[in-house]
Amino acid sequence: MTLDTLPKGAHAVISQVIARMTDDPIAVRLGELGFIPGAQVQIVATGPVGHDPIAVRLGSTCFALRRGEASRIALQNEL
Amino acid sequence: MPETANRPLRAALVGNPNCGKTSLFNQLTGSRQKVANYAGVTVERKEGSLTTPQGRSVRLLDLPGAYSLGATSPDEDVTRDVCMGRHAVEKQPDLMICVVSASNLRLHLRFMLELVQLGRPMLIVLNMMDEAGHLGLTIDVPGLASAIGVPIIPTISLRKSGVTNLLEALDKPEFAVPSALPDGANLHAQAGALIARFTNEGALKGDRLADRLDRWFLHPVWGPIILLVVLFFMFQTVFAWAQPLMSALETGVAALGQALVSPLPEGTLRSLLTDGVIAGAGTVIVFLPQILILFLWILTLEETGYLPRAAFLLDRIMALAGLSGRSFIPLLSSFACAIPGLMATRTIQNPRDRLVTILITPLMTCSARLPVYTLLIAAFVPRRTVFGFLGLQGLVLFGFYLVAIVSGILAARLMTRGVASNEHPLLLELPPYRRPNLKSIGLGLWQRAVMFLSRVGTIIVSLNVLLWALSSFPAPPPGAAGAPIDYSLAGRIGHWMLPIFAPIGFNWQICVSLIPGLAAREVAVSSLATVYALSATDDNAASQLMPLLSAHWSMATAFALLAWYVYAPQCISTLAVMRRETGSIKVVLGAAAYLFGLAYIAALLTYHVTRALTGAP
Repeated sequence: MTLDTLPKGAHAVISQVIARMTDDPIAVRLGELGFIPGAQVQIVATGPVGHDPIAVRLGSTCFALRRGEASRIALQNEL
Repeated sequence: MPETANRPLRAALVGNPNCGKTSLFNQLTGSRQKVANYAGVTVERKEGSLTTPQGRSVRLLDLPGAYSLGATSPDEDVTRDVCMGRHAVEKQPDLMICVVSASNLRLHLRFMLELVQLGRPMLIVLNMMDEAGHLGLTIDVPGLASAIGVPIIPTISLRKSGVTNLLEALDKPEFAVPSALPDGANLHAQAGALIARFTNEGALKGDRLADRLDRWFLHPVWGPIILLVVLFFMFQTVFAWAQPLMSALETGVAALGQALVSPLPEGTLRSLLTDGVIAGAGTVIVFLPQILILFLWILTLEETGYLPRAAFLLDRIMALAGLSGRSFIPLLSSFACAIPGLMATRTIQNPRDRLVTILITPLMTCSARLPVYTLLIAAFVPRRTVFGFLGLQGLVLFGFYLVAIVSGILAARLMTRGVASNEHPLLLELPPYRRPNLKSIGLGLWQRAVMFLSRVGTIIVSLNVLLWALSSFPAPPPGAAGAPIDYSLAGRIGHWMLPIFAPIGFNWQICVSLIPGLAAREVAVSSLATVYALSATDDNAASQLMPLLSAHWSMATAFALLAWYVYAPQCISTLAVMRRETGSIKVVLGAAAYLFGLAYIAALLTYHVTRALTGAP
């Protein structure tokens, strides 16, 4: 399961950030922003058109990601 | 490094976006700021000066906010290059003042640790201590400072008293270099360890004000409704409130001009002052109310944290044009006037998006086109209703707006196509909601006004004087019949232009009036009146012109001129601001070339299609 399929309001834990190519700048940047294995995320809101982009709470920060960006973030299976 | 007494200390503020760096900068330097662009890029360079309590002078650079030294955009490139001493022009600062928001430690400490790895003299500013206090977060500042090896100064950048301890810290004779991190250290893990050791973050509850407000502001239904209401009020004020101020300024400048020149005899000097200098200054000052009102809104929305939310809501719509939600407000404001719109593109962080937005801004139908549209539509489109209830004239006007918007979207798509294979990320931080700081807003408005009047105003006035000279010299021979402008250089240029413009249906009168019309789009109406030798003032020019034009021009010519006005950058003020905002004459020439090209093609097509449809020979 990846972050773009997580329903609104749900919490999850990141398992890994998937690079689409070698040195995928978006994956690198996601990592720098704190999207790292073990981090907790929650979907705060989804955009009005096609539920895109999504607003993700990560610790004390909130980021808006487009679905293409969010699909790079794999989540741990729920326990 | 040894410091000589007479050289000011060069310090740079470095930090993440939304760490309160800019309000700290404003608090420290006040009005002693210089805002310019880094050479060759649309990245803002802000430098200010300050004097410490003991009299040391400091030149403070406010570097663009960055998440990491692994830069992903030209503004982050500047920050990385300056911090690492690799920038072509900017010298490496003597001291890095690393700003960290206490309310967002996890993200900001990671970037701070990257700066620590540079091994350069630094100070750490722990900003927004008030917010951390509200959250119940306590931080062992001395412990954290000794772990990193440099002083940490807690500040509240919203208050003047909140930065005094930083000023005192800048008086130290030497600045510490942080202790080195172990090689290959995982910065996230290091930051996490520091947080676990020196704060009580783990004991904090999650639910905060931002989440509660976002439930409304980012709601799929309520969010757009609230945004529409905000935008409605915003543009109501930009159009409606600015209008009386603009007319008052216009009459004021004209009256002042009259009073100033009335002692002079009738003649060239008087004409130069009235029609060249004062009219030029008038065109400049008239933009101020719209600029200030629009920026009052934008700065307030930015400071409160609502602007990124608006960008979130509008992102999908702007993605149609290959842009992000940030481009929406500058483009929307361009329907009032392209000049405040161009200046508002500063809120677009991504430089590529900013440049493309600047390039399509002139396509948004500004209010100065309305006099031209209404004159020609009233003269050539019959007053009829279609489908029983729609006025045909209104429908045509709407059509011109629609064509302009669609053209803008297509142009933006084409311009962003070259890099489309490179996925264009949004990755937009939605910062906590904050109360706007009046001082920051006041300073922001002041800077925009000064920048516009001094840098752009001078260009606009000089170009206006040039256009005046072209339209006035040489004077017609004594006893000459016809309009004086016809004998002038502008008149001759107009006649020379005729072979180029005849294929799109323009007659020489139109060609001649296009030249003074460059001063501002609406001037075209009064300059047409001048060419047709009407002794009309601006106010009744349109009503006298209307029957004359419908008698002399074919419908194809009128529509071709309308199409020309949809695209042509018939406004030197816009080009002057574009030059100022991009710092590049190449961009301006490129924009002018593509817009004139589009205008010519559109007018050509319109002319021939209309001729075919109306059955003209």
